[in-house]
Amino acid sequence: MSEDIRTPIREFISAKFPQISLDDDEDILALGFVNSLFAMELVMFVERTFGVRVPNEQLKLDNFRTMNAMADLVRGLSESMRLSAG
Amino acid sequence: MTVPLTEAAGGTAADPGGVLDDVRGFAESEIAPHAEEWDQNERLPPKLLTRIGELGLWAPFLPAGLGGAGMTWATLGRVHEEIGRGCSSVRSFLTVHTMVTWTVQRWGTDGQRERWLPRLATGELLGAFCLTEPDSGSDASAAGTVAERVASGWVINGEKKWMTAGQVAGLLLVFCRTEGNMSAFLVPADTPGVEITPITGVMGTRASMLARIVLRDVTVGPDALVGPPGWAAATVMTGALDLGRYSVACGSVGILQACLDACVAYTSRRTVRDGRLSELQLIRRKISDMVVSGRAARLLCAEAGRLKDADDPATIMATWVAKYHASTAASAAASDAVQIHGANGFSAAYPAARLYRDAKVAEVIEGSTELQQLTIAEEAYREVAR
Ligand SMILES: Cc1cc2nc3c(=O)[nH]c(=O)nc-3n(C[C@H](O)[C@H](O)[C@H](O)COP(=O)(O)OP(=O)(O)OC[C@H]3O[C@@H](n4cnc5c(N)ncnc54)[C@H](O)[C@@H]3O)c2cc1C
Repeated sequence: MSEDIRTPIREFISAKFPQISLDDDEDILALGFVNSLFAMELVMFVERTFGVRVPNEQLKLDNFRTMNAMADLVRGLSESMRLSAG
Repeated sequence: MTVPLTEAAGGTAADPGGVLDDVRGFAESEIAPHAEEWDQNERLPPKLLTRIGELGLWAPFLPAGLGGAGMTWATLGRVHEEIGRGCSSVRSFLTVHTMVTWTVQRWGTDGQRERWLPRLATGELLGAFCLTEPDSGSDASAAGTVAERVASGWVINGEKKWMTAGQVAGLLLVFCRTEGNMSAFLVPADTPGVEITPITGVMGTRASMLARIVLRDVTVGPDALVGPPGWAAATVMTGALDLGRYSVACGSVGILQACLDACVAYTSRRTVRDGRLSELQLIRRKISDMVVSGRAARLLCAEAGRLKDADDPATIMATWVAKYHASTAASAAASDAVQIHGANGFSAAYPAARLYRDAKVAEVIEGSTELQQLTIAEEAYREVAR
Protein backbone atom coordinates (compact mmCIF):
# COMPACT_ATOMS: atom_id res chain seq x y z
CA MET A 1 0.00 0.00 0.00
CA SER A 2 2.74 2.46 0.99
CA GLU A 3 4.62 1.73 -2.24
CA ASP A 4 1.39 2.35 -4.22
CA ILE A 5 1.17 5.72 -2.56
CA ARG A 6 4.83 6.62 -2.94
CA THR A 7 5.11 5.75 -6.62
CA PRO A 8 2.88 8.50 -8.06
CA ILE A 9 4.31 11.05 -5.61
CA ARG A 10 7.85 10.13 -6.64
CA GLU A 11 6.83 10.38 -10.31
CA PHE A 12 5.27 13.80 -9.75
CA ILE A 13 8.37 15.14 -8.01
CA SER A 14 10.84 13.66 -10.45
CA ALA A 15 8.83 14.96 -13.42
CA LYS A 16 9.40 18.42 -11.96
CA PHE A 17 12.96 17.87 -10.75
CA PRO A 18 14.49 15.15 -12.92
CA GLN A 19 18.00 15.68 -11.59
CA ILE A 20 16.93 14.60 -8.11
CA SER A 21 16.57 10.99 -7.08
CA LEU A 22 14.77 10.64 -3.81
CA ASP A 23 15.08 8.11 -1.03
CA ASP A 24 11.89 7.43 0.87
CA ASP A 25 13.21 9.06 4.01
CA GLU A 26 15.08 11.90 2.37
CA ASP A 27 14.10 15.39 3.54
CA ILE A 28 12.96 17.07 0.31
CA LEU A 29 12.75 20.43 2.03
CA ALA A 30 16.46 20.24 2.83
CA LEU A 31 17.22 19.87 -0.89
CA GLY A 32 16.26 23.50 -1.35
CA PHE A 33 13.93 23.31 -4.36
CA VAL A 34 10.62 23.42 -2.53
CA ASN A 35 9.20 26.92 -2.75
CA SER A 36 5.65 27.82 -1.77
CA LEU A 37 4.48 27.38 -5.35
CA PHE A 38 5.74 23.82 -5.59
CA ALA A 39 4.43 23.03 -2.11
CA MET A 40 0.94 24.10 -3.21
CA GLU A 41 1.24 21.96 -6.35
CA LEU A 42 2.27 19.03 -4.17
CA VAL A 43 -0.73 19.47 -1.86
CA MET A 44 -3.08 19.68 -4.87
CA PHE A 45 -1.44 16.63 -6.42
CA VAL A 46 -1.81 14.54 -3.26
CA GLU A 47 -5.45 15.57 -2.79
CA ARG A 48 -6.40 14.93 -6.41
CA THR A 49 -4.49 11.68 -6.88
CA PHE A 50 -5.65 10.00 -3.69
CA GLY A 51 -9.10 11.59 -3.44
CA VAL A 52 -8.46 13.06 0.00
CA ARG A 53 -8.78 16.53 1.51
CA VAL A 54 -5.87 17.36 3.82
CA PRO A 55 -7.37 19.12 6.85
CA ASN A 56 -5.70 22.27 8.18
CA GLU A 57 -4.22 20.56 11.23
CA GLN A 58 -2.44 18.05 8.96
CA LEU A 59 -1.16 20.71 6.58
CA LYS A 60 2.28 21.11 8.01
CA LEU A 61 5.73 20.91 6.56
CA ASP A 62 6.57 17.73 8.44
CA ASN A 63 3.79 15.85 6.63
CA PHE A 64 5.34 16.75 3.26
CA ARG A 65 8.98 16.44 4.27
CA THR A 66 9.64 12.90 3.01
CA MET A 67 7.98 10.32 0.75
CA ASN A 68 7.26 8.19 3.79
CA ALA A 69 5.68 11.13 5.63
CA MET A 70 3.39 11.82 2.65
CA ALA A 71 2.51 8.12 2.36
CA ASP A 72 1.65 8.01 6.08
CA LEU A 73 -0.48 11.12 5.72
CA VAL A 74 -2.44 9.71 2.78
CA ARG A 75 -2.86 6.36 4.49
CA GLY A 76 -4.18 8.03 7.63
CA LEU A 77 -6.60 10.23 5.70
CA SER A 78 -7.88 7.36 3.55
CA GLU A 79 -8.36 5.29 6.68
CA SER A 80 -10.39 7.97 8.45
CA MET A 81 -12.48 8.52 5.29
CA ARG A 82 -13.22 4.81 5.17
CA LEU A 83 -14.20 4.81 8.83
CA SER A 84 -16.49 7.80 8.50
CA ALA A 85 -18.07 6.37 5.33
CA GLY A 86 -18.61 2.99 6.91
CA MET B 1 -19.70 48.07 -30.65
CA THR B 2 -18.05 44.73 -29.90
CA VAL B 3 -15.56 43.26 -32.28
CA PRO B 4 -15.49 39.49 -31.84
CA LEU B 5 -12.06 38.40 -30.63
CA THR B 6 -12.96 34.75 -30.74
CA GLU B 7 -15.95 32.62 -30.07
CA ALA B 8 -16.59 28.98 -29.46
CA ALA B 9 -13.13 27.65 -30.41
CA GLY B 10 -12.10 24.89 -28.02
CA GLY B 11 -15.28 25.31 -26.02
CA THR B 12 -14.09 28.58 -24.48
CA ALA B 13 -17.44 30.22 -25.05
CA ALA B 14 -19.28 27.70 -22.88
CA ASP B 15 -21.98 29.71 -21.22
CA PRO B 16 -24.35 27.56 -19.27
CA GLY B 17 -27.62 29.37 -18.72
CA GLY B 18 -26.60 32.38 -20.78
CA VAL B 19 -25.00 34.00 -17.74
CA LEU B 20 -22.32 35.64 -19.86
CA ASP B 21 -24.89 37.41 -22.00
CA ASP B 22 -26.44 38.83 -18.85
CA VAL B 23 -23.06 39.89 -17.47
CA ARG B 24 -22.07 41.45 -20.79
CA GLY B 25 -25.37 43.36 -20.86
CA PHE B 26 -24.79 44.55 -17.30
CA ALA B 27 -21.23 45.65 -18.06
CA GLU B 28 -22.26 47.45 -21.25
CA SER B 29 -25.22 49.28 -19.76
CA GLU B 30 -24.32 49.82 -16.11
CA ILE B 31 -20.51 49.77 -15.91
CA ALA B 32 -18.75 50.94 -19.10
CA PRO B 33 -20.77 54.16 -19.50
CA HIS B 34 -19.69 55.30 -16.00
CA ALA B 35 -16.11 54.02 -15.91
CA GLU B 36 -14.55 57.41 -16.77
CA GLU B 37 -16.57 59.18 -14.11
CA TRP B 38 -15.64 56.63 -11.43
CA ASP B 39 -12.00 56.89 -12.52
CA GLN B 40 -12.12 60.69 -12.15
CA ASN B 41 -13.93 60.53 -8.79
CA GLU B 42 -11.64 57.74 -7.55
CA ARG B 43 -14.51 55.70 -6.15
CA LEU B 44 -17.19 53.20 -7.04
CA PRO B 45 -20.76 54.11 -6.03
CA PRO B 46 -22.36 51.97 -3.29
CA LYS B 47 -25.31 51.46 -5.63
CA LEU B 48 -23.07 49.57 -8.06
CA LEU B 49 -21.72 47.33 -5.31
CA THR B 50 -25.29 46.49 -4.28
CA ARG B 51 -26.22 45.80 -7.89
CA ILE B 52 -23.34 43.33 -8.26
CA GLY B 53 -24.77 41.52 -5.24
CA GLU B 54 -28.28 41.50 -6.74
CA LEU B 55 -26.87 39.84 -9.83
CA GLY B 56 -25.07 37.25 -7.68
CA LEU B 57 -21.65 38.16 -9.06
CA TRP B 58 -19.61 38.58 -5.87
CA ALA B 59 -18.93 34.89 -5.33
CA PRO B 60 -20.85 32.77 -7.86
CA PHE B 61 -18.18 30.05 -7.56
CA LEU B 62 -19.52 29.12 -4.11
CA PRO B 63 -21.81 26.09 -4.12
CA ALA B 64 -25.53 26.87 -4.13
CA GLY B 65 -25.80 25.72 -0.51
CA LEU B 66 -23.34 28.43 0.52
CA GLY B 67 -25.00 31.27 -1.35
CA GLY B 68 -23.28 30.90 -4.73
CA ALA B 69 -24.28 29.37 -8.04
CA GLY B 70 -21.65 26.63 -8.28
CA MET B 71 -20.12 28.46 -11.25
CA THR B 72 -17.04 26.84 -12.79
CA TRP B 73 -13.73 28.69 -12.72
CA ALA B 74 -13.75 28.68 -16.51
CA THR B 75 -17.03 30.60 -16.57
CA LEU B 76 -15.99 32.85 -13.69
CA GLY B 77 -12.96 33.85 -15.74
CA ARG B 78 -15.24 34.96 -18.56
CA VAL B 79 -17.35 36.92 -16.08
CA HIS B 80 -14.24 38.76 -14.83
CA GLU B 81 -13.26 39.38 -18.45
CA GLU B 82 -16.60 41.01 -19.21
CA ILE B 83 -16.48 43.15 -16.07
CA GLY B 84 -12.85 44.05 -16.81
CA ARG B 85 -13.82 45.11 -20.29
CA GLY B 86 -16.15 47.64 -18.69
CA CYS B 87 -13.97 48.85 -15.82
CA SER B 88 -10.80 47.41 -14.28
CA SER B 89 -11.52 48.99 -10.90
CA VAL B 90 -14.74 46.97 -10.62
CA ARG B 91 -12.86 43.85 -11.73
CA SER B 92 -10.23 44.58 -9.05
CA PHE B 93 -12.94 44.59 -6.40
CA LEU B 94 -14.13 41.20 -7.68
CA THR B 95 -10.55 39.90 -7.73
CA VAL B 96 -9.77 40.54 -4.08
CA HIS B 97 -13.25 39.56 -2.94
CA THR B 98 -12.81 36.23 -4.77
CA MET B 99 -9.44 35.69 -3.07
CA VAL B 100 -10.84 36.31 0.42
CA THR B 101 -14.08 34.39 -0.08
CA TRP B 102 -12.31 31.38 -1.59
CA THR B 103 -9.89 31.39 1.36
CA VAL B 104 -12.79 31.13 3.82
CA GLN B 105 -14.44 28.40 1.75
CA ARG B 106 -11.27 26.38 1.17
CA TRP B 107 -9.38 26.80 4.42
CA GLY B 108 -12.01 27.98 6.90
CA THR B 109 -13.40 25.89 9.74
CA ASP B 110 -17.14 25.15 9.80
CA GLY B 111 -17.50 28.01 12.27
CA GLN B 112 -15.64 30.46 10.04
CA ARG B 113 -17.66 29.43 7.00
CA GLU B 114 -20.93 29.86 8.86
CA ARG B 115 -19.86 33.20 10.25
CA TRP B 116 -18.50 34.81 7.08
CA LEU B 117 -19.68 33.11 3.89
CA PRO B 118 -23.36 34.16 3.83
CA ARG B 119 -22.44 37.86 3.88
CA LEU B 120 -19.43 37.43 1.58
CA ALA B 121 -21.67 35.60 -0.92
CA THR B 122 -24.06 38.54 -1.19
CA GLY B 123 -21.41 41.23 -0.98
CA GLU B 124 -22.98 42.65 2.18
CA LEU B 125 -19.46 42.16 3.48
CA LEU B 126 -16.56 42.89 1.12
CA GLY B 127 -13.14 41.31 1.47
CA ALA B 128 -9.68 42.90 1.23
CA PHE B 129 -6.49 40.91 0.71
CA CYS B 130 -3.75 42.36 2.92
CA LEU B 131 -0.31 41.04 2.03
CA THR B 132 1.82 43.92 0.72
CA GLU B 133 3.58 46.28 3.14
CA PRO B 134 5.45 49.54 2.61
CA ASP B 135 8.75 47.62 2.54
CA SER B 136 7.70 44.23 1.16
CA GLY B 137 5.91 43.57 -2.11
CA SER B 138 7.30 41.01 -4.53
CA ASP B 139 9.18 39.40 -1.67
CA ALA B 140 6.28 38.52 0.63
CA SER B 141 8.61 36.64 2.95
CA ALA B 142 10.05 40.00 4.03
CA ALA B 143 6.70 41.07 5.51
CA GLY B 144 7.05 42.48 9.02
CA THR B 145 3.49 42.36 10.38
CA VAL B 146 3.51 40.10 13.41
CA ALA B 147 0.78 38.14 15.21
CA GLU B 148 1.66 37.13 18.74
CA ARG B 149 -0.16 34.34 20.50
CA VAL B 150 -1.79 35.43 23.78
CA ALA B 151 -4.18 33.71 26.18
CA SER B 152 -7.27 35.17 24.45
CA GLY B 153 -6.07 34.54 20.87
CA TRP B 154 -3.70 36.78 18.92
CA VAL B 155 -2.39 40.35 18.96
CA ILE B 156 -1.47 41.80 15.57
CA ASN B 157 0.89 44.71 14.90
CA GLY B 158 2.07 46.01 11.55
CA GLU B 159 1.28 48.03 8.46
CA LYS B 160 -0.23 46.91 5.16
CA LYS B 161 -0.32 49.09 2.05
CA TRP B 162 -2.11 49.21 -1.32
CA MET B 163 -5.20 47.22 -0.30
CA THR B 164 -7.73 47.16 -3.13
CA ALA B 165 -11.25 47.89 -1.77
CA GLY B 166 -9.60 48.65 1.58
CA GLN B 167 -11.72 51.78 2.03
CA VAL B 168 -14.98 49.82 2.11
CA ALA B 169 -14.04 46.24 2.97
CA GLY B 170 -15.57 44.72 6.08
CA LEU B 171 -13.31 41.69 6.33
CA LEU B 172 -9.53 41.81 6.04
CA LEU B 173 -7.45 38.76 5.22
CA VAL B 174 -4.19 39.71 6.89
CA PHE B 175 -0.91 37.83 6.47
CA CYS B 176 1.31 37.90 9.53
CA ARG B 177 4.47 36.40 10.84
CA THR B 178 3.86 33.88 13.66
CA GLU B 179 6.82 32.30 15.38
CA GLY B 180 8.98 32.79 12.29
CA ASN B 181 6.51 31.45 9.72
CA MET B 182 3.54 32.98 7.96
CA SER B 183 -0.08 32.61 9.03
CA ALA B 184 -3.31 34.18 7.78
CA PHE B 185 -5.98 35.90 9.87
CA LEU B 186 -9.55 37.04 9.25
CA VAL B 187 -9.84 40.45 10.88
CA PRO B 188 -13.11 42.43 10.84
CA ALA B 189 -12.26 45.94 9.62
CA ASP B 190 -13.99 47.52 12.60
CA THR B 191 -11.79 45.76 15.18
CA PRO B 192 -10.29 48.30 17.60
CA GLY B 193 -6.73 49.18 16.55
CA VAL B 194 -7.38 48.85 12.80
CA GLU B 195 -6.74 52.21 11.16
CA ILE B 196 -7.72 52.56 7.50
CA THR B 197 -6.47 55.50 5.41
CA PRO B 198 -7.51 55.98 1.77
CA ILE B 199 -4.73 56.15 -0.82
CA THR B 200 -5.65 58.62 -3.57
CA GLY B 201 -4.02 60.00 -6.69
CA VAL B 202 -2.88 56.63 -8.06
CA MET B 203 -2.25 56.22 -11.79
CA GLY B 204 -4.35 53.17 -12.64
CA THR B 205 -7.51 51.42 -11.40
CA ARG B 206 -8.14 54.77 -9.77
CA ALA B 207 -11.61 53.79 -8.53
CA SER B 208 -10.37 50.66 -6.74
CA MET B 209 -10.50 52.51 -3.40
CA LEU B 210 -7.04 51.57 -2.21
CA ALA B 211 -6.13 51.91 1.45
CA ARG B 212 -3.23 51.78 3.81
CA ILE B 213 -4.09 49.69 6.84
CA VAL B 214 -2.24 50.04 10.13
CA LEU B 215 -2.82 47.40 12.81
CA ARG B 216 -1.92 48.50 16.32
CA ASP B 217 -2.34 45.94 19.10
CA VAL B 218 -5.30 44.47 17.25
CA THR B 219 -6.65 41.68 19.44
CA VAL B 220 -8.54 38.84 17.79
CA GLY B 221 -9.77 35.49 19.05
CA PRO B 222 -8.26 32.11 18.22
CA ASP B 223 -10.96 31.73 15.55
CA ALA B 224 -9.38 34.53 13.48
CA LEU B 225 -6.61 32.20 12.32
CA VAL B 226 -7.52 30.72 8.93
CA GLY B 227 -5.73 27.82 7.28
CA PRO B 228 -2.77 25.91 8.60
CA PRO B 229 -0.87 27.84 11.26
CA GLY B 230 2.67 28.62 10.13
CA TRP B 231 2.16 27.32 6.61
CA ALA B 232 -0.02 30.00 5.05
CA ALA B 233 2.66 30.83 2.48
CA ALA B 234 2.30 27.55 0.61
CA THR B 235 -1.43 27.22 1.12
CA VAL B 236 -3.65 30.26 1.74
CA MET B 237 -1.30 32.79 0.11
CA THR B 238 -0.28 30.74 -2.93
CA GLY B 239 -3.83 29.53 -3.51
CA ALA B 240 -5.42 32.96 -3.19
CA LEU B 241 -2.73 34.61 -5.32
CA ASP B 242 -3.30 31.95 -7.97
CA LEU B 243 -6.96 32.96 -8.17
CA GLY B 244 -6.07 36.64 -8.07
CA ARG B 245 -3.65 36.11 -10.93
CA TYR B 246 -6.34 34.25 -12.89
CA SER B 247 -8.85 37.05 -12.34
CA VAL B 248 -6.31 39.71 -13.39
CA ALA B 249 -5.40 37.67 -16.48
CA CYS B 250 -9.07 37.42 -17.46
CA GLY B 251 -9.58 41.11 -16.70
CA SER B 252 -6.64 41.85 -19.00
CA VAL B 253 -8.43 40.00 -21.81
CA GLY B 254 -11.31 42.40 -21.13
CA ILE B 255 -8.90 45.33 -21.52
CA LEU B 256 -7.68 43.88 -24.82
CA GLN B 257 -11.25 43.57 -26.03
CA ALA B 258 -12.06 47.12 -24.93
CA CYS B 259 -8.98 48.43 -26.78
CA LEU B 260 -10.05 46.60 -29.92
CA ASP B 261 -13.65 47.84 -29.68
CA ALA B 262 -12.53 51.43 -29.11
CA CYS B 263 -9.93 51.40 -31.88
CA VAL B 264 -12.16 49.83 -34.52
CA ALA B 265 -14.89 52.37 -33.74
CA TYR B 266 -12.53 55.34 -33.75
CA THR B 267 -10.58 54.40 -36.87
CA SER B 268 -13.82 53.77 -38.75
CA ARG B 269 -14.78 57.42 -38.23
CA ARG B 270 -11.56 59.41 -38.17
CA THR B 271 -10.11 60.65 -41.44
CA VAL B 272 -6.58 61.96 -42.03
CA ARG B 273 -4.84 63.22 -45.20
CA ASP B 274 -4.34 59.70 -46.56
CA GLY B 275 -7.88 58.63 -45.89
CA ARG B 276 -9.85 56.96 -43.15
CA LEU B 277 -7.62 55.57 -40.38
CA SER B 278 -9.23 52.15 -40.83
CA GLU B 279 -7.88 52.01 -44.37
CA LEU B 280 -4.25 52.64 -43.43
CA GLN B 281 -2.00 49.61 -43.27
CA LEU B 282 0.05 50.76 -40.28
CA ILE B 283 -3.19 51.10 -38.33
CA ARG B 284 -4.46 47.73 -39.53
CA ARG B 285 -1.25 46.13 -38.28
CA LYS B 286 -2.04 47.38 -34.75
CA ILE B 287 -5.63 46.14 -35.00
CA SER B 288 -4.49 42.70 -36.12
CA ASP B 289 -2.04 42.48 -33.21
CA MET B 290 -4.88 43.25 -30.80
CA VAL B 291 -7.04 40.53 -32.33
CA VAL B 292 -4.31 37.89 -32.22
CA SER B 293 -2.93 38.64 -28.77
CA GLY B 294 -6.47 38.92 -27.41
CA ARG B 295 -7.48 35.55 -28.79
CA ALA B 296 -4.30 33.93 -27.49
CA ALA B 297 -4.82 35.47 -24.05
CA ARG B 298 -8.41 34.29 -23.86
CA LEU B 299 -7.42 30.75 -24.79
CA LEU B 300 -4.63 30.73 -22.19
CA CYS B 301 -7.12 31.87 -19.56
CA ALA B 302 -9.61 29.22 -20.67
CA GLU B 303 -6.92 26.56 -20.28
CA ALA B 304 -6.01 27.80 -16.80
CA GLY B 305 -9.71 27.78 -15.87
CA ARG B 306 -10.23 24.28 -17.24
CA LEU B 307 -7.30 22.99 -15.16
CA LYS B 308 -8.72 24.70 -12.06
CA ASP B 309 -12.05 23.00 -12.60
CA ALA B 310 -10.18 19.67 -12.78
CA ASP B 311 -8.21 20.45 -9.56
CA ASP B 312 -5.09 19.86 -11.64
CA PRO B 313 -1.91 21.29 -10.07
CA ALA B 314 -0.78 22.29 -13.57
CA THR B 315 -3.25 25.17 -13.26
CA ILE B 316 -0.74 27.10 -11.16
CA MET B 317 1.86 27.37 -13.95
CA ALA B 318 -0.85 27.73 -16.60
CA THR B 319 -2.17 30.72 -14.68
CA TRP B 320 1.28 32.36 -14.49
CA VAL B 321 1.61 31.94 -18.25
CA ALA B 322 -1.90 33.28 -18.93
CA LYS B 323 -1.40 36.31 -16.70
CA TYR B 324 2.03 37.11 -18.15
CA HIS B 325 0.76 37.03 -21.70
CA ALA B 326 -2.59 38.71 -21.04
CA SER B 327 -1.23 41.58 -18.93
CA THR B 328 1.72 42.41 -21.19
CA ALA B 329 -0.47 42.11 -24.31
CA ALA B 330 -3.07 44.39 -22.69
CA SER B 331 -0.36 46.96 -21.93
CA ALA B 332 0.87 46.83 -25.52
CA ALA B 333 -2.66 47.04 -26.94
CA ALA B 334 -3.57 49.95 -24.68
CA SER B 335 -0.40 51.78 -25.69
CA ASP B 336 -1.38 51.29 -29.34
CA ALA B 337 -4.91 52.41 -28.52
CA VAL B 338 -3.62 55.74 -27.16
CA GLN B 339 -1.42 56.12 -30.25
CA ILE B 340 -4.28 55.39 -32.63
CA HIS B 341 -6.48 57.98 -30.90
CA GLY B 342 -3.83 60.70 -31.25
CA ALA B 343 -4.53 63.62 -28.91
CA ASN B 344 -7.93 62.12 -28.14
CA GLY B 345 -6.02 59.20 -26.65
CA PHE B 346 -5.03 61.50 -23.80
CA SER B 347 -8.54 62.71 -23.15
CA ALA B 348 -11.07 61.44 -20.64
CA ALA B 349 -13.64 61.73 -23.43
CA TYR B 350 -12.28 58.43 -24.82
CA PRO B 351 -11.48 55.21 -22.93
CA ALA B 352 -7.93 54.76 -24.30
CA ALA B 353 -6.11 56.70 -21.57
CA ARG B 354 -7.89 54.84 -18.77
CA LEU B 355 -7.28 51.48 -20.44
CA TYR B 356 -3.58 52.36 -20.74
CA ARG B 357 -3.26 53.26 -17.06
CA ASP B 358 -5.31 50.26 -15.91
CA ALA B 359 -3.37 47.81 -18.10
CA LYS B 360 -0.13 48.87 -16.45
CA VAL B 361 -1.52 47.94 -13.03
CA ALA B 362 -2.09 44.38 -14.26
CA GLU B 363 1.65 44.15 -14.92
CA VAL B 364 2.48 44.91 -11.27
CA ILE B 365 -0.16 43.16 -9.15
CA GLU B 366 -0.46 39.43 -8.33
CA GLY B 367 3.12 38.79 -9.43
CA SER B 368 4.82 41.48 -11.51
CA THR B 369 5.94 40.95 -15.10
CA GLU B 370 9.51 40.37 -13.89
CA LEU B 371 8.47 37.75 -11.31
CA GLN B 372 6.46 36.00 -14.01
CA GLN B 373 9.44 35.99 -16.33
CA LEU B 374 11.59 34.47 -13.57
CA THR B 375 9.00 31.83 -12.65
CA ILE B 376 8.12 30.82 -16.20
CA ALA B 377 11.77 30.58 -17.26
CA GLU B 378 12.59 28.45 -14.21
CA GLU B 379 9.85 26.01 -15.21
CA ALA B 380 11.13 26.00 -18.80
CA TYR B 381 14.62 24.94 -17.69
CA ARG B 382 13.06 22.20 -15.60
CA GLU B 383 10.91 21.00 -18.48
CA VAL B 384 13.83 20.86 -20.89
CA ALA B 385 15.89 18.89 -18.36
CA ARG B 386 13.11 16.32 -18.10
C1 LIG C 1 -3.40 49.37 -7.96
C2 LIG C 1 -2.77 48.41 -7.02
C3 LIG C 1 -3.55 47.57 -6.25
C4 LIG C 1 -2.96 46.70 -5.34
N1 LIG C 1 -3.76 45.91 -4.54
C5 LIG C 1 -3.19 45.11 -3.60
C6 LIG C 1 -4.00 44.34 -2.70
O1 LIG C 1 -5.24 44.35 -2.77
N2 LIG C 1 -3.38 43.59 -1.75
C7 LIG C 1 -2.03 43.53 -1.63
O2 LIG C 1 -1.53 42.84 -0.75
N3 LIG C 1 -1.22 44.26 -2.46
C8 LIG C 1 -1.78 45.04 -3.44
N4 LIG C 1 -0.98 45.78 -4.29
C9 LIG C 1 0.46 45.71 -4.15
C10 LIG C 1 1.10 44.82 -5.21
O3 LIG C 1 0.81 43.48 -4.94
C11 LIG C 1 2.62 45.10 -5.18
O4 LIG C 1 2.78 46.39 -5.71
C12 LIG C 1 3.40 44.09 -5.98
O5 LIG C 1 3.44 42.85 -5.30
C13 LIG C 1 4.84 44.56 -6.23
O6 LIG C 1 5.45 44.90 -5.02
P1 LIG C 1 6.16 46.32 -4.84
O7 LIG C 1 5.23 47.36 -5.33
O8 LIG C 1 6.62 46.40 -3.44
O9 LIG C 1 7.39 46.29 -5.81
P2 LIG C 1 8.85 45.69 -5.49
O10 LIG C 1 8.73 44.33 -4.93
O11 LIG C 1 9.61 46.70 -4.72
O12 LIG C 1 9.45 45.59 -6.96
C14 LIG C 1 9.87 46.73 -7.71
C15 LIG C 1 10.25 46.30 -9.10
O13 LIG C 1 11.32 45.35 -9.03
C16 LIG C 1 10.96 44.19 -9.73
N5 LIG C 1 11.53 43.02 -9.07
C17 LIG C 1 11.28 42.55 -7.83
N6 LIG C 1 12.00 41.44 -7.58
C18 LIG C 1 12.72 41.20 -8.69
C19 LIG C 1 13.66 40.20 -9.08
N7 LIG C 1 13.98 39.20 -8.24
N8 LIG C 1 14.22 40.27 -10.32
C20 LIG C 1 13.89 41.27 -11.18
N9 LIG C 1 13.01 42.24 -10.87
C21 LIG C 1 12.44 42.21 -9.65
C22 LIG C 1 9.45 44.14 -9.70
O14 LIG C 1 8.92 43.36 -10.75
C23 LIG C 1 9.11 45.59 -9.84
O15 LIG C 1 9.14 45.94 -11.21
C24 LIG C 1 -1.55 46.65 -5.22
C25 LIG C 1 -0.76 47.47 -6.04
C26 LIG C 1 -1.35 48.34 -6.92
C27 LIG C 1 -0.48 49.22 -7.77
